[in-house]
Amino acid sequence: MQLTNRSKQVSNKEMTLAEKMYLPAITKGLGITLKHFFLKKATKPYPDVKTYLGPVFRGHHVLKRDEQGRERCTACGLCAVACPAEAISMVAAERTKGEEALYREEKYAAVYEINMLRCIFCGLCEEACPKQAIYLRHDRFVPVFSDRDEVIYGKDKLVEKSDDRYVRTNPNVQATPTEPSLSRSVS
Amino acid sequence: MTTEELDLANKAGVPARTDEGPVQYVNELTTLNLGPTHPATHGIFQNILQMDGEKIVSGEQTIGYIHRAFEKIAERRPFYQITTLTDRMNYCSSPINNMGWHMTVEKLLGIEVPKRAQYIRVIMMELARIADHLVCNGILGVDTGALTGFVYLFEEREKIYEIYEEMCGARLTTNMGRIGGMERDLSAEAIRKIKKFLAEFPKVLREFESLLNRNRIFMDRIVGVGGISAERALSYGFTGPNLRAAGVDYDVRVMNPYSSYEDFEFDIPVGQSGDTFDRYMVRNEEIWQSLRIIEQAINNLPEGSHFADAPQYYLPPKQEVYKNMEALIYHFKIVMGEIDAPVGEVYHAVEGGNGELGFYLISDGGRAPYRLHFRRPCFIYYQAYPEMCKGATLSDAIVIMSSMNVIAGELDA
Repeated sequence: MQLTNRSKQVSNKEMTLAEKMYLPAITKGLGITLKHFFLKKATKPYPDVKTYLGPVFRGHHVLKRDEQGRERCTACGLCAVACPAEAISMVAAERTKGEEALYREEKYAAVYEINMLRCIFCGLCEEACPKQAIYLRHDRFVPVFSDRDEVIYGKDKLVEKSDDRYVRTNPNVQATPTEPSLSRSVS
Repeated sequence: MTTEELDLANKAGVPARTDEGPVQYVNELTTLNLGPTHPATHGIFQNILQMDGEKIVSGEQTIGYIHRAFEKIAERRPFYQITTLTDRMNYCSSPINNMGWHMTVEKLLGIEVPKRAQYIRVIMMELARIADHLVCNGILGVDTGALTGFVYLFEEREKIYEIYEEMCGARLTTNMGRIGGMERDLSAEAIRKIKKFLAEFPKVLREFESLLNRNRIFMDRIVGVGGISAERALSYGFTGPNLRAAGVDYDVRVMNPYSSYEDFEFDIPVGQSGDTFDRYMVRNEEIWQSLRIIEQAINNLPEGSHFADAPQYYLPPKQEVYKNMEALIYHFKIVMGEIDAPVGEVYHAVEGGNGELGFYLISDGGRAPYRLHFRRPCFIYYQAYPEMCKGATLSDAIVIMSSMNVIAGELDA
């Protein structure tokens, strides 16, 4: 049935004499395999050699601290709302006197949990966060679990350690589509 | 004795006389469960086959093993979150699903997307189509016993995934693009990778073609297997490569162009009789046509913005969120899904990796769809499967299924 003038017949089921003989095809196939035997290997020995993942890869979650080491998250709950998998939950608390060095704003997340079995790594939390607090690291995967108790990541695993700050390696690429830069301080 | 007669005799339970010898009791038909967890079905399908020896007399499929009720979930989700559901339908070409969904919502909201965003979408969709066809044709080789070509092709699919990674940050479940455009512009690295892919991929594909296309062993296995006439295919509602293999040059990209497909020049490959060989050849040629489209798109990439001017639907830049009150309001409203969509009913179809992937969206003016239906081509193909494998052998049934590229995630949604 002809609907347009752009159709192109591609199927030819008639075999020529050379094609009818099995041998040429077999030798050709063996030749190609043999050629690949001497080519560069495409595989990588994974734990030793890590693959390049791209500057915007969506990996392990991290709750950022600001330049003074205070937690940026204010437990507004926007990431939990944006999460299509309903993986994020949090409990907000009020900052008391003497905690100014720990939390940037008066409200902070006392409990912040991500269920990694639910998380689909879509990156919508990162995009939703108005405080630039949650990021998906481009350089680290969430490891596999062997126990069901391990899958809920609390603040102990999510908040970045002061000796293990996370930075995007390529400053020219925006992490979130709408991100300005991490160094911008918000008072 | 024909299989029909055998079947009848079997039902009546009478001994029948065959042409060859004396009175012989009819073999009872064997019931064979192909699936649900058979490795050769590439997904969770169950086929209850009535076998007469190695011939399939009849088959019946069971569907729904990975039904996740996407259409129902979508009724309670803001529009931007439904993208992640579409990722999981045809997971071999998720960008096509993502963008099809975005275009549907844009149609409902009346957003005009800039040319540059449309071209980037075309590039990503065609890369996804290539990846989808690579999987299908590679696996077809594996099912017929030719593992080698598959392995070489998958090196190239990896490169497509690296381009996705550069573009959106994920490989399989991409969540690529946003309502109103793309989430980020093509980076210099992404453009470099696409150009590199365009330069290197044809060589690998040609090598794959020389391994399989005219190989007698491969052809003997798939020519004339699982044919379907154009009339039957049309009455089932086939679209995409499987319909084109039957000789109908129907392609949504040409018949109903979206996202600037009218700007590009490409052919519609068609087959003769809709058998497995035709399906293979059509997919193979479509990869070449996709390469042509990508080349045209990347060379004529228009300047301009990669997202539409639609502040109510497209997230504002974060700098604006801190400085500008309106941007802050929009940011919260968009993320919390508090923007009411207009009342309306839209259908938008894209040419997915497998065929016409349609989104039928009814909005009652709320924040989520009132009803959303995905027209999933795999669901339709699978209905024809018993007819196509009737009279074939068991090993042919496997080949027919993999050449139709029925993907469980899309079938069940």
